Amino acid sequence: MAAVDTNAGFRRALSAEWTKLRTDTGNLWMLLGTVLLTVGIGAGVAGTTKCPSVGCGQDAGKLSLTGVMAGQVVVAIVAVLMVGNEYSTGMIRTTFIAMPRRTEVLAAKAAVLSAVTAAAGLLSVLGAILVGKLVLPGNGFTARNGYAALLGDGGTLLRVVVGSVLYLVLVALLGLGIVTAVRSSAGAIGIVLALLFVFPILIHVVSNPTWQRHLNQIAPMSAGLGVQTTLDVAKLPIGPWQGLGVVALWAVAALVIGGTLLRTRDA
Amino acid sequence: MTLTENQTPRTSPPLSDGGRAGFGRLLHAEWTKFRTVRGWAFGMIGALVVIVVVGLVGTAASNQNGGGGALPVGPGGEAVNDSFSLVYQPLSGDGSIVAEVTSLTGVVAAGGPNSGTTAGLAPWAKAGIIVKSSLDQGSAYAAIMATAAHGVRMQSDFTQDTAGLSGTVSSASPRWIKLVRSGDILTGYDSTDGSSWTEVGTANLSRLPSTVYVGLFTTTPEAATQTGTGVGMVPNVATGTFDQVTVGSGWNQGSWTGKQIGRDAGTSGSYLPNTSASYHQDGNSGAITVTGAGDIAPVVGGSAFASGRPIENFLVGGFAGLIVVIVIGAGFMTAEYRRGLLGVTLAASPRRGRVLAAKGLVLTTTSFVTGVLAAVIALPIGEAQSNSNGFYVATVPFGTELRVMLGMGMLLAAASVLALGIGTIVQRGAIAIAIPVVAMVLPYILATSGALPDGASNWLLKVTPAAGFAIQQSLKVYAQVYTTYNPSSGYFPLAPWAGFAVLCAYAAAAYAIGAVLLRRRDV
Repeated sequence: MAAVDTNAGFRRALSAEWTKLRTDTGNLWMLLGTVLLTVGIGAGVAGTTKCPSVGCGQDAGKLSLTGVMAGQVVVAIVAVLMVGNEYSTGMIRTTFIAMPRRTEVLAAKAAVLSAVTAAAGLLSVLGAILVGKLVLPGNGFTARNGYAALLGDGGTLLRVVVGSVLYLVLVALLGLGIVTAVRSSAGAIGIVLALLFVFPILIHVVSNPTWQRHLNQIAPMSAGLGVQTTLDVAKLPIGPWQGLGVVALWAVAALVIGGTLLRTRDA
Repeated sequence: MTLTENQTPRTSPPLSDGGRAGFGRLLHAEWTKFRTVRGWAFGMIGALVVIVVVGLVGTAASNQNGGGGALPVGPGGEAVNDSFSLVYQPLSGDGSIVAEVTSLTGVVAAGGPNSGTTAGLAPWAKAGIIVKSSLDQGSAYAAIMATAAHGVRMQSDFTQDTAGLSGTVSSASPRWIKLVRSGDILTGYDSTDGSSWTEVGTANLSRLPSTVYVGLFTTTPEAATQTGTGVGMVPNVATGTFDQVTVGSGWNQGSWTGKQIGRDAGTSGSYLPNTSASYHQDGNSGAITVTGAGDIAPVVGGSAFASGRPIENFLVGGFAGLIVVIVIGAGFMTAEYRRGLLGVTLAASPRRGRVLAAKGLVLTTTSFVTGVLAAVIALPIGEAQSNSNGFYVATVPFGTELRVMLGMGMLLAAASVLALGIGTIVQRGAIAIAIPVVAMVLPYILATSGALPDGASNWLLKVTPAAGFAIQQSLKVYAQVYTTYNPSSGYFPLAPWAGFAVLCAYAAAAYAIGAVLLRRRDV
């Protein structure tokens, strides 16, 4: 009896979160922006990169999906606003009066956000891959130069696509966890962007291979985007799926901290 | 009715006389808001701390290849390579030296370790005559030399370089070179036959001592090879042959002494295993051969400076500080929209353009001070840490160091205005933060990661706000030194101030659009 009640409550929470997300037209524009940015930047990079000879060392998968680096920011904004807007408008109190189980609210938000991000992410990634497939062979990414299967075999391609979509979902969840912890969309987006972008620059400066390797293993963006690699996978500082696992750890840690604070704090 | 009500305050004496005083009050009001909102005041201090701390992390690792220590510094204040094989004699007063360079050959490492050597030379391998004020590294000098692929060059004090005769040297086509001292002035000449001379250039070495070291030198930087992952450098050793060496016009020929200047080959050269600086005088012809490696040139970044760091690397934390400042800058405006405070603010001072100006002034001042303070703390710490961890630090003239430090403040100030402008336009905090961060930081990451081809990287650093980071480029491009001059080795496509102007243009545009919208829109 109790179990049925809980399920019904969660379904209501899901439906409420979906309605909130759906009816703020800004979200629709931003998810559309994710797709356009990811595909557009991918097209720009694919169009300007040439592979003049055998062994030019360019990774066709990573090149086509360069736009994910920008797309992830939009996804993070959607995530951060999902909670940040409720705090800034005071809506969060209404939400908690209607649904006093706060963990359930967070879980519902996470579920809706994941679904929406996965959908937008899949469109973005497939679009970017398609553009890469069309454009790159004209720039020297040909069988003669070692790109017989442009993005690797079927298994690799599946890993690149599924992995990139999962990466976007995990970045969204990271943003959700952080904004739940700090309760301000401005502070949260600052933290997310710093986590994503400062590590790669720091890694560039450190100039000690051991440190660089370890930093690459823990930095969310560097470890996570390894899943897009189609060339020299063995040389990655951390395996593609393990790298995605690192991002998952970041996201889970943020959600656990955010969820704990949410339960123990006044709204 | 409402119209007249709105107009009344504008024409009433207290505000109309209050041009400057009014703005002063406005400034004071904005400063009070900034100071008393805990997040903003602490945020600025946080930006300072984060710049220093991230810089500490960035320089905490030690150099696995060893090496490091202080680099010699040239007369101009810049770090230099001054390592070469020299055959010299000390000579006083004015005089001249002439030599016929009949060959310049070399060996390079064939690739991987223990894979032997092949004949070859870096394009900037050099053999010539030099007048140097002392045998210490970094001391003033003038030299005229034959190079492997850039003809005869007259060079002085590391940064000056003038071209003479072109073509390569051989016994069939030798190059005669001459250096004449007259007080502080050194004049270089070249010739194909030793009788008809052409002046190549002059060098004014201020306060040159009476006794100078005059001699023959050979040196060469490492040679570049294409590897799978880009340009790699392999050890290179050069040998120059000098015939008909004559010292005269006031100088009295003494005996020659051989010496390696610099304890090793510097940051851009290296000896092959089992080779070292050497010289040999032929008993019959009197021709002198000199073998050496290293370089006499300013330090540059990139592949020629593998174990070194330019000083802007110590400000890597600036990227984290930048994000903090953008959060504050955007929030300074969007918080007013969110809290509905803007209505009150604009009722108190209806000239909306001035409100934005006051906000901008408070933001730029505080972020500039924060950035400069952080740089003043982080630079010396980073330099000391890098030195003790075995990395070379590329010292720069004081003027350049000042530009890098002030640049940190200017970058933060420009970013804060960009964020303020975008915040006024979009009115939503998260978006107003994400746009400037992505516009400034993402192109920088893409351009310096080496993932994009150089053409695309350079384009990004010309047209996006990331161009502004050029203000912190401390190393110069020197045509007479070969390296990978590209964004991933710290070289921007635009000059420091030109790049910063691009960022300022974006900030100004965002600010202007924000000001227009603020005036036109309902609150």
